[in-house]
Amino acid sequence: MSKPPIVKIENLHKKYGATEVIKGISLEVQEQEVVVIIGPSGTGKSTMLRCINLLTEPDEGRIWLEDTEITDPHTDVNKVRQRIGMVFQDFNLFNHLTAVDNITIGLTKVLGMNKKEAHDKAMWELERVGLVNQAAQYPAQLSGGQKQRVAIARALGMDPHVMLFDEPTSALDPELIGEVLTVMQKLAVEGMTMLVVTHEMGFAREVSDRIIFMEHGIIVEDGPPKQLFYNPVHNRTREFLWKITELYGHDEEKPSEF
Amino acid sequence: MDELTLFLQRVTPQFIEGTKITIQLTLVALSLGAVMGLPAALARVYGAPWLRRLAMTYIELFRGTPLLVQLFVVYYGLPDVGITLSRFGAAYLTLGLNSGAYQAEYFRGALQAIGSGQMTAARAIGMTKVKAIRHIIIPQALRLALPAWSNEAIAMVKYTAIVFLIAVPDLMTKAKLLSGRYFNPIPVYISVAVIYIILVAIATFIMRNIERRLETPGLEIETERH
Repeated sequence: MSKPPIVKIENLHKKYGATEVIKGISLEVQEQEVVVIIGPSGTGKSTMLRCINLLTEPDEGRIWLEDTEITDPHTDVNKVRQRIGMVFQDFNLFNHLTAVDNITIGLTKVLGMNKKEAHDKAMWELERVGLVNQAAQYPAQLSGGQKQRVAIARALGMDPHVMLFDEPTSALDPELIGEVLTVMQKLAVEGMTMLVVTHEMGFAREVSDRIIFMEHGIIVEDGPPKQLFYNPVHNRTREFLWKITELYGHDEEKPSEF
Repeated sequence: MDELTLFLQRVTPQFIEGTKITIQLTLVALSLGAVMGLPAALARVYGAPWLRRLAMTYIELFRGTPLLVQLFVVYYGLPDVGITLSRFGAAYLTLGLNSGAYQAEYFRGALQAIGSGQMTAARAIGMTKVKAIRHIIIPQALRLALPAWSNEAIAMVKYTAIVFLIAVPDLMTKAKLLSGRYFNPIPVYISVAVIYIILVAIATFIMRNIERRLETPGLEIETERH
């Protein structure tokens, strides 16, 4: 028998006031899978991601993380979140703490590690994202790309079973995007399960196992990158990919013309 | 020896006594104010509706009435309901509660100035709300509140003078006494003014040092960029 999915979403709905942002999404993500979620802005991509660690409370539907149903009111949300790493568009590093302390604070205050152990672990995580030399610097002293790498290291420090990336490169200057994508690619190669909302089509095509195209709160198309780029089932997918690649990508990344 | 020197020699010990008490009043009032103000601010920002209302009632009560009225109510009014405080007790309590109301507003502003992303990120790594407030929000908010708090510290040095009206022997009370005793108000009050200025200068110096020491490196660059 195959392993249960790491993340399973069943008929998710979310409304903000009268606007329904997510209109019934079901999704399964397997261990070590890298899933990229694309789609026009305002289609509920980020909302869906935030529902997975309950930063946003779903209105309807059920979500499982491995064998825990996280939408069960008896589930300890804080325990669940320790197993889900999240990286935000605007980094959200703790501004009053150095790079290394941004990582240790979760280890000591949430996981209860002692200081020495936490510091060693944090340094190791910084090493993974190539920022050992910046350990003592404060967020305001780091570039955008470095900040995002520290944020990734902070999430990794908690030893998550799955990582959620909410437009991790959208707030970065173009020349800083590469270093963050490189770290993410490395993670994917190491076998981390990842859900990534992004407009980076190069990353989607080369690193992901699956691309999900969302629009108006539903999943329009879900398949391997080859299918979505070269042989999409829906015309809307093709249109969107064409437009987004034109905006953000390079010529050789453009999907086949239609 | 000329007259002024002789005069100063006579009044100096009294001034020293008074200054000590003024400093003591300031420190106690600020501390009590912080102990009242921070929880009141937290209640206003994060509390349940009833807690929020309670905090607001306290804050508006003490910001909305004259300090002098508060002092008289505490010293002359409370005995009617069975609470009799010494002069010092009344002075500490009134100044502390009054300062707490103002400090609560400074802290509240600082708490609200911390971007919501900080709380979100803290919750995302599995912190409870209480831990996030304690380890992530408060340390940043206190730094933000510091300039306003310095202002409160300086103001408090001078607000303490009001206790003269219930005869707490602070600097101001000593001044009144001495000017009466020597029929020489001008030099006495000028001396007292100078002492207050020196106290304020010292307070300013200390607060500036604390601000500098607690500054988060790089943050000043960040604010320039925006």
